[in-house]
Amino acid sequence: MPRRSDLTSILIIGSGPIVIGQACEFDYSGTQACRVLRDEGYRVILANSNPATIMTDPDFADRTYIEPLTVDVLQAIIERERPDAVLPTLGGQTALNLAMALYARGVVGVPGTPELIGANALAIATAEDREKFKAAMIEIGLAVPPSGVAHSIEEANEVIASIGLPVIIRPAYILGGHGTGIAETAPQFVTAVANGLAASPISEVLIERSIVGWKEFELEVMRDRADNCVVICSIENVDAMGVHTGDSITVAPALTLSDFEYQRMRDAAFACIRRVGVETGGSNVQFAVNPQTGEQVIIEMNPRVSRSSALASKATGFPIAKIAAKLAVGYTLDEIPNDITKMTPASFEPTIDYVVTKVPRWAFEKFPGTSGVLGTQMQSVGEAMAIGRTFPESLQKALRSLEIGRLGLNCDPAEKPMALLSDEEIIAAIAIPTPERLFQVGECLRRGIDLNVVHLASRIDPWFIDQMQMIIEERVVLAAIGFEAMTRANWRRAKRLGFADGQLAYLWDVSEELVRNARIDIGVIPTYKTVDTCSAEFEAQTPYHYSTYEDESEVRPSSKPRVIILGSGPNRIGQGIEFDYCCVHASFALRDAGYETVMVNCNPETVSTDYDTSDRLYFEPLTVEDVMNVIEAETIAGGAPPRVVVSLGGQTPLKLSGELPASLIAGTSAQSIDVAEDRQKWSALCNQLGITQPPGGTALNVDDALNVAHRVGYPVLVRPSYVLGGRAMQIVHDDSHLVRAMGEMAVAGTLGREGGLSAHRPVLVDRFLEDATEIDVDAIRDATGDVLIGGIMEHVEEAGVHSGDSACAIPPQTLEPWAIEAIESYTKAIANALDVRGLLNVQFALTGSTIYVLEANPRASRTVPFVAKATGVPLAKIASRVMLGATLGELRAEGLLKNPINHGHVAVKEAVLPFNRFPEVDTALGPEMRSTGEVMGIDSTFGRAFVKAETAAGTELPTSGMVFLTLNDRDKSSSLVIAKRLRQLGLGIVATSGTADYLQKFGYPVDRVVGKVSESEVDLATQLNSDAVELLKRGEITFVINTPSGRRTRTDGEAIRKAANIYRVSSVTTIKAALAAVQGLAEAQEHPLEVRSLQEYHGR
Amino acid sequence: MTIREAALVLRDGSIFEGEAIGAIPPNGICSGEVVFNTTFTGYQEVLSDPSYAGQIISFTTPHIGNYGTTGYDNESKQVFARGVVVRDLARRRSNWRSEEDLDHYLQVLKVAGIAGIDTRRLTRILRQAGSMTGAFGTASVSDLHKAAQREVGTEGVNLVAQVTTSEEYQFGTGQFNVVAFDFGIKQTILRCLGEMATVRVVPATTAAEQVLKMSPHGVFLSNGPGDPQNVTGVPETLRHLLGAGVPIFGICLGHQLLSLALGGTTFKLPFGHHGANHPVRNLRTGVVEITSQNHNFCVDPESLRDRVDITHTNLNDHTNEGMRVRDARCFSVQYHPEAGPGPHDSRYLFQEFCDLMESA
Repeated sequence: MPRRSDLTSILIIGSGPIVIGQACEFDYSGTQACRVLRDEGYRVILANSNPATIMTDPDFADRTYIEPLTVDVLQAIIERERPDAVLPTLGGQTALNLAMALYARGVVGVPGTPELIGANALAIATAEDREKFKAAMIEIGLAVPPSGVAHSIEEANEVIASIGLPVIIRPAYILGGHGTGIAETAPQFVTAVANGLAASPISEVLIERSIVGWKEFELEVMRDRADNCVVICSIENVDAMGVHTGDSITVAPALTLSDFEYQRMRDAAFACIRRVGVETGGSNVQFAVNPQTGEQVIIEMNPRVSRSSALASKATGFPIAKIAAKLAVGYTLDEIPNDITKMTPASFEPTIDYVVTKVPRWAFEKFPGTSGVLGTQMQSVGEAMAIGRTFPESLQKALRSLEIGRLGLNCDPAEKPMALLSDEEIIAAIAIPTPERLFQVGECLRRGIDLNVVHLASRIDPWFIDQMQMIIEERVVLAAIGFEAMTRANWRRAKRLGFADGQLAYLWDVSEELVRNARIDIGVIPTYKTVDTCSAEFEAQTPYHYSTYEDESEVRPSSKPRVIILGSGPNRIGQGIEFDYCCVHASFALRDAGYETVMVNCNPETVSTDYDTSDRLYFEPLTVEDVMNVIEAETIAGGAPPRVVVSLGGQTPLKLSGELPASLIAGTSAQSIDVAEDRQKWSALCNQLGITQPPGGTALNVDDALNVAHRVGYPVLVRPSYVLGGRAMQIVHDDSHLVRAMGEMAVAGTLGREGGLSAHRPVLVDRFLEDATEIDVDAIRDATGDVLIGGIMEHVEEAGVHSGDSACAIPPQTLEPWAIEAIESYTKAIANALDVRGLLNVQFALTGSTIYVLEANPRASRTVPFVAKATGVPLAKIASRVMLGATLGELRAEGLLKNPINHGHVAVKEAVLPFNRFPEVDTALGPEMRSTGEVMGIDSTFGRAFVKAETAAGTELPTSGMVFLTLNDRDKSSSLVIAKRLRQLGLGIVATSGTADYLQKFGYPVDRVVGKVSESEVDLATQLNSDAVELLKRGEITFVINTPSGRRTRTDGEAIRKAANIYRVSSVTTIKAALAAVQGLAEAQEHPLEVRSLQEYHGR
Repeated sequence: MTIREAALVLRDGSIFEGEAIGAIPPNGICSGEVVFNTTFTGYQEVLSDPSYAGQIISFTTPHIGNYGTTGYDNESKQVFARGVVVRDLARRRSNWRSEEDLDHYLQVLKVAGIAGIDTRRLTRILRQAGSMTGAFGTASVSDLHKAAQREVGTEGVNLVAQVTTSEEYQFGTGQFNVVAFDFGIKQTILRCLGEMATVRVVPATTAAEQVLKMSPHGVFLSNGPGDPQNVTGVPETLRHLLGAGVPIFGICLGHQLLSLALGGTTFKLPFGHHGANHPVRNLRTGVVEITSQNHNFCVDPESLRDRVDITHTNLNDHTNEGMRVRDARCFSVQYHPEAGPGPHDSRYLFQEFCDLMESA
């Protein structure tokens, strides 16, 4: 069946901001879909609020709407664009839910409206509604765990009477397992049901028999219009049932299933996708298997492309999203060629001759108060994937890819603290799933604790434990042999089990360099194999490689000039999709300019790890050893050393820059990078340029820090060097707090963690500028000294809130011309002084008439994609060319660099914070970044753009009810404006006594005065005695404006912020954000918001 | 466990270093035609499939033995393959079905193996150069090379004679009476047939008259090893049976022998099809079936153009995968609809055989 000719235009719904449970895998899938559908000649309309995505590049669609992903907005886009079809299966749960809401409104999927392609409303409902799903599975004879559905506690009690405890509670229509819980006791059951009902948009939970401890598997399946079904990949969870699959260590292919069991699972998966009625595309079907009896039950299915399908695509080389898009417009699998072999069709099942391991990355350290225990609700913020020929090799590679200070399963400095645990303690520890568990399992084995004991405690399959045991045993052997006596066979054996040079260096207490040299001298170097979907049965046309220690390497020689782009590794808070955007853009631009581009990265969710983004892809950890290996392999294949781009992937590649050959680094030199990072050198440079810095100094110990603090005066900002996302950054108000902060950083330093203090990484202590306006600048300088100011962003929140958590606007809204001029000239001076070749991000703070420079980073910043979307200037592309020697003048002549557009619109970027996942956490913003993603609002005025940005970020701005105002003394004067605006909007005002007194003194009525909510009075679980909390709970307060200041008020307001978070009432915690919100609401009331595409804004 | 260093040497002189597993071969040398199989699961079924007689099987999947072995998964009572090559042999098995570990299984069934070698390099050599003889073991590399060169592989040998049953036996209790020629029949085929028929499994050399005397509702032609041209006598038997009008269903070697009986020709594929992921189009329905395959020889459909309708085609290399004889109640497929190991997409063919017998 050929492509459908009855369709001409298709709307693709994106997944919005990066949140826990929904990350850049949907940029990957959406980007593929956009490309495929445009290649097929369709007019593609894209809706996505996330400016950091590659898919929202105006080049990828005919019409790109960076607008809030709400039903109203999508309806407006549909009315404006009148697409023939809507494709909702590539934008995650967000897109699927929106499609269902649009269907419910009669806007899509009914006669006379755009058709839903990929999956229709009935199929979505069958898969997503747990009751319908279960009934459907039973109907076709598939086993499901016994269960019942409840919409209230009463109904839940009826269900439990027939099933019995333990049970698992899952809310309907949610993503990433949000609101899911396990209950073993009656009180746990009541709490879990309440949480689940609150999390479900339709207040519905499924209560089912707990199968915790069973083995968990997933099959990625595809189906086409002709009913051809194939399995693309099987995935096995190393962690047993009970840990969300997104938080589980997983391997592909499944490794402990016999053919008898696997084929039964395959049959069931096909029966499932057929019954649910997914007509075309990919689905993910999850199974649990009783390890004692083999009993197999079906857990759930996702009728769409998912995080697992991104993993499956990278694990096999089979591009699920791309194929799904083609199937959605009518092709059948056998009509589509397999991209990698070219000769064979896509209607086959990939077979792989290696093992893929995925390990999640968490950010619990940023959310004090969280338990750090993994469960059925996903909490990880990113993941790393590694490929090895065997499980031990791929596991150790995956662990070192995580960049959490671990070099592998053990054999590194971070293993030391585990020695403090007794055998009983460590066995007890592995019974609880946490990010540390796998390492604890390793420690158990090292102590000689019996494999069966480890298995019974951890529920990890004995086969995996035995494989880990091999690593442990090898360590003992290697220690006994010793560095000097290593033979070639010994080296090879160690490397084949995935040992990093760094682990061996630790084991033998010699330098990593010595280990590396000795290994290379004896001739043990990695070979690069190819990911080819077919285990080498057919010739692969696509050079997608991974390292392993075998006989034969498959990198093909080529004589073109080549550039290696180092990616940004696993997503984490502070380093995510923005950097992937930069790397991908660099690859596109450099490829267009005639270079052969080589990507190195280990994040399976990304566009950068798509095999056709670059000329060659190495799926490898971003460590010095692994990157040097790639450089050497490329040098051999190319006959000359390649250039290496280190400044686009965030802190990860930047940290490596000092240890890579300096002559190969493209762009700004490692030396200049060091000047910007090294406090002393940087201060000297600022003095020389006459640019003011906040007073401060560096500290290697507590005494140093106290000295600096006493000299400059409190409050001070303390921050470690070489971190991203403000890791461990704090505003400190007194000596005791400073002592504590320094202590924490010293501990992190000895464990080799990010944000640690060491002799090479001193702590910076600076006077904190209160009430300052923060400004971010992204600029590009070329070798001739020509500087392009890409964008000046004024933050909405004041300095002290991490730039990544702050909203910001282009163009700046309150800066006067002199300030803008000064900022531009400082930026140019710094760029020249650092001899920048490429991107430079500078942060400034303005108080009164003084402009301070806070820091400068000669690398891509998180805001580069936002600036590009706001101004139409592709900064990352331009920067990558400049790094390789092009001048801005040449790029202007070439047409790549155009003038920034300025049609009077305003673009606002807003951060998206994961507090709904961490109800125990204070939502007040601070210098440590905690946002997972971002959105953009763009409109004719700041207020309107701000409202769009807030809406897109999920903040519900009030349209009725009462707003709760509780402000610190400094902000009280602003309360008058806010109160006046709120009144004009017809909203009521609730205030704490202090704020209320102030308002009433100036003649502003307050509808309700409540007592101060101090922590001591409030028990968060019961808190019924608290007035404000009661109002929140009853839904009378619809919005919270709470501004903390200093340490004391912060803890005072914490209770109310937590309560707002728990009851899902949006809040803002800075006065500037509150002012922006009321201004925006007022403007939105005057003129209803309208949608407009980026192409129209850009006038291109 | 002490490591026994071993090597695999191909006829072309390629050397792979590894360690010996399984049984110890005489003189430390095990030789045969080296083929690779790309299935993820089902190593035991593959090893015990008589169609691998004379061959050394290299698994492209690196971890082999993870879930151990179990009596149920045996496709025959012994292993006819000469040897096995793996990247990594599991030292610990884990599965509720498992009865013993693979290394022990190999030792009991006297199958030699080699582990730890770069099996992907081996696959690439075989893909590029075609099937090749090789030898592995603990002997010296030069002795292994000589053995590899001496080895005739599967050419010119009637391997069916080595694997077929010597005595007739019965399997299943289904309503039809089926006579199954055992050219190396797999247990899973018998299970599929046995569900609907009482199967009398007869030696490959059984004469047509003898078969017809049993007045079967249908005749089944099994899979089996090697070159169909070497299986002398059978095509004549089949011509006789075709003439008698008895319904016939053939699989793999059975398909090839039927083709020879119809006057067709067969040829050797460069490196064969051995795996469980081959897409085959059913030309009547257009549907693509993912199939289990294990054959080095292939029917030339052009040679049969006048006598058969082609029913199935391989979408990877467009070779013939199935046919229906125009003037007889007879059909056959090149691939393995019974799976074992592999997908169950094509099991409907057994029902079609039933329908054919029903209509007779």
